[in-house]
Amino acid sequence: MILMLIRRLLQMLFVMFGISVLAFAIFFATPGADPSARIAGRNATPETLIQVRHDFGLDRPLPVQYALLMKRLFITGDLTSFVNRGQEVIPEIVASTPVTLSLVLGAALIWIAAGGLIGVLAAATRGSWLDRGLMIAGMIGVSMPVYWLGSVINLFAQSRLHDSALFSWVPPLGYIAFGDDPLGWFKTLVIPWCTLAVLYAGLYGRVLRGALIESLQEDYVRTARAKGLSESRILLRHALRCSLISVVTLFGLDFGALVGGGALLAEVVFSLPGIGKLTFDALQTLDLPVIMATVIYASFFVVASNAVVDIAYGFIDPRVRDA
Amino acid sequence: MLEDSPLLVVQDLCVSFQTRRGLVKAVDHLSFHLKKGEVLGVVGESGSGKSVSMMSVLGLIADANAKIEGSIVFRGEELIGLSGRRLRALRGSDIAMIFQDPMTALTPVYTIGWQIIEQIQAHQPQPRAKARERARALLAEVGMPNPDAQLDRFPHQLSGGMRQRAVIAMALALRPALLIADEPTTALDVTVQAQILDVIDHMRKTLGSAVILITHDMGVVAEMADRVMVMYAGRGVELAGASDLFEDPWHPYTWALLGSIPPLEGARPRRLLSIPGSPPSLIDLPRGCAFAPRCPSRFEACERRPELSPGDVHQAACFLDQAGRMRNKAIASENGVHPA
Repeated sequence: MILMLIRRLLQMLFVMFGISVLAFAIFFATPGADPSARIAGRNATPETLIQVRHDFGLDRPLPVQYALLMKRLFITGDLTSFVNRGQEVIPEIVASTPVTLSLVLGAALIWIAAGGLIGVLAAATRGSWLDRGLMIAGMIGVSMPVYWLGSVINLFAQSRLHDSALFSWVPPLGYIAFGDDPLGWFKTLVIPWCTLAVLYAGLYGRVLRGALIESLQEDYVRTARAKGLSESRILLRHALRCSLISVVTLFGLDFGALVGGGALLAEVVFSLPGIGKLTFDALQTLDLPVIMATVIYASFFVVASNAVVDIAYGFIDPRVRDA
Repeated sequence: MLEDSPLLVVQDLCVSFQTRRGLVKAVDHLSFHLKKGEVLGVVGESGSGKSVSMMSVLGLIADANAKIEGSIVFRGEELIGLSGRRLRALRGSDIAMIFQDPMTALTPVYTIGWQIIEQIQAHQPQPRAKARERARALLAEVGMPNPDAQLDRFPHQLSGGMRQRAVIAMALALRPALLIADEPTTALDVTVQAQILDVIDHMRKTLGSAVILITHDMGVVAEMADRVMVMYAGRGVELAGASDLFEDPWHPYTWALLGSIPPLEGARPRRLLSIPGSPPSLIDLPRGCAFAPRCPSRFEACERRPELSPGDVHQAACFLDQAGRMRNKAIASENGVHPA
C-alpha cells in the first residue's frame, strides 16, 4: 500500500513536469511568433518589450527560459503581469483559490449526497415509477446548462422575487470570505452550490444506478441473498461498495477540472472572483503570464485529484492494493 | 416432529419464466423428498432445471417474470408464498447454499472473516469478537491451513480451493439442517475437487445436515450420494438409491449418462459415447416423453407423457417394464451404449 502511494506520487510529479514543459512550449516555443510581444500585451511600448525579453530570458536558449519561468512560478513567485502593470500573478491566484474551492467543495458535497441518494433509490426500485421519475429528473438536470440555470435563478432570487419571503435573505452577487463572515459566506454560496450540483447530481445518479444494477447481477449478491441478509444490506454493504469505483473515477476527473477553472460559467454568472473568472478575464485581455500560471495551476489540480482517486481505489478495492 | 419424517418434501414444483418467445418451463412437476442427514445427488445436463429447482427452495429466484407453483415443505413449513422476512430467517441458518464458482461467490472487497462474521451475526446477534472466534473455528473445521491469518485475507488472495472452503465454512456457520451445493467442485482442479468433497462429507457427518448435491459428474454422485435424482428437461426422470441406480438404471437417459463415462478397465472404447441430438427447447416441449426423440428404445407408448412410476425406492418416468428394459439394455450394450 505504501509502495503504491509512493509510486503514484512519483508518477504524479512526472506528469506535472510534462504538463509544465508542454505549457511552456505552447507559449514560448511556438514558431513564427514573438513571445515577448504576446507577454507584453496589446500596444506595448518598445521599452516594455525590451524589459520582457530581459525578464523572461528570451535571448537565451529554451531550457534556460523554461528554468527561469519555473523559478519565477514556484520559487520566487514574482511573475508579473504586463497588461495590468506590475501586478503579481501568484498572489492573484492565491486569492482566487479559496473562492473556487469554496464553490466546488460545497457543490461536490451536495451532488455526491443527492447523486448517491438518486442512484441508490433508483436501483432499489428499478423498473418502478420512482426509478423512471428520478432518471427523467436526472436527465433534465444534466440538460440544463449552468449559465442558463444560474441566470434564471438570479432573475428570481436577485430581482423578480427578491422582496418575497422566499428570497429576501439572498445577499447581492459576489463573494464573502469565510473568515470575515461565515454566515454571509454560506448565504452567498448556497445558490451557486445548488446550481452547480444540479448538473452533476443527475449525472452521478445515473452512473451510480447503472453500476449498482450491474453489481446486483453478480454472483456474490446471490451468495449474500442465500446468507439471509436483508435487501437493504445487500444493496448498501455489498453492491454499493463494489459500485463506488466508477463514481469515484468520475468524481476525480470532475472535481479536478472544476477546481482547475471548469467552474468558470458558475463563477461568471454569480460574480465569484475564482480561478475560472481570473482565467476568463486574462483570456479577454490576453494577459499571458496569468494564463500560463492558471493553466499550470489547473493541470496541477486535475493531476492531483486523479492521484487522490487512484489512492482512494486502494481503500475501496483491496485488489488494487496488491497490484 | 418425528425423527423419520422427511426434512424436505417437494411436490409438483413448477418454475416457469415468461419470455418474449413464450413460456419457458424450467421445472415441470418435480417431486422428491429428502430425509434428515441424507445426501441427494441431482444430476442432469445443463438446462435440465437442476439449479433452478433448488434455487426456488430458497426463494432465490428474483426474476419478475418467474412463476413458481407447487409445494415445498421444509420441516412442516410451506416455503412457497412465505413472507420475505421468514424466508430470510431460514436462508443461511436452516437452509444454506453454496455455488459453483468460488471465484465470484464472495464479495471481493471484504475479508473472508468479515463475510463469515456477517453470516453469523445476521442470524445470531453476538459480539464481534465472539463471532470472529467462531469464524476462526469454522475455518479450522473445513481444513483451512492457518485459519487465524486467513480471516483477514481477501478472496482474491486465496486459491480456488481455499475460497470454496471459506464458502463452505460460511454456509455451515449456523449448522443448517439442509445444505444445497450447486456444482461445488465444477470450477476446481481435480485434486482439489476430492478435497472439497471430503470437506462436505466430513461436515455432513459431524453436523448431520442433509445435502442436496447438484452436479453433472456421475463420479461425484457415486462417491457422495445416498439417493440420486436424474433430471431431464425440467422433470425428474429417475429417482433411486445410488447403488440401485448404478447397478440397474431404469431410464434410457440414465443409461446414456452412465454410458458416457469412459470405462476405467478393459479395452479403451474407440470413441466416447454421446447422446444423439440435443435437449428439447423448454418453450416447446414434445407432447409425450421429452427424451423420446433421442431415445433408442422409444415405442408407441412414448407419444404419451410418462409419469414417475409409483413406489418409494426406485422410480422412473418411462414406459419400459422390467422385460422391456432387459431387452433394450441388451441391444444397447451390443451397440456399446451401456457398459453394464
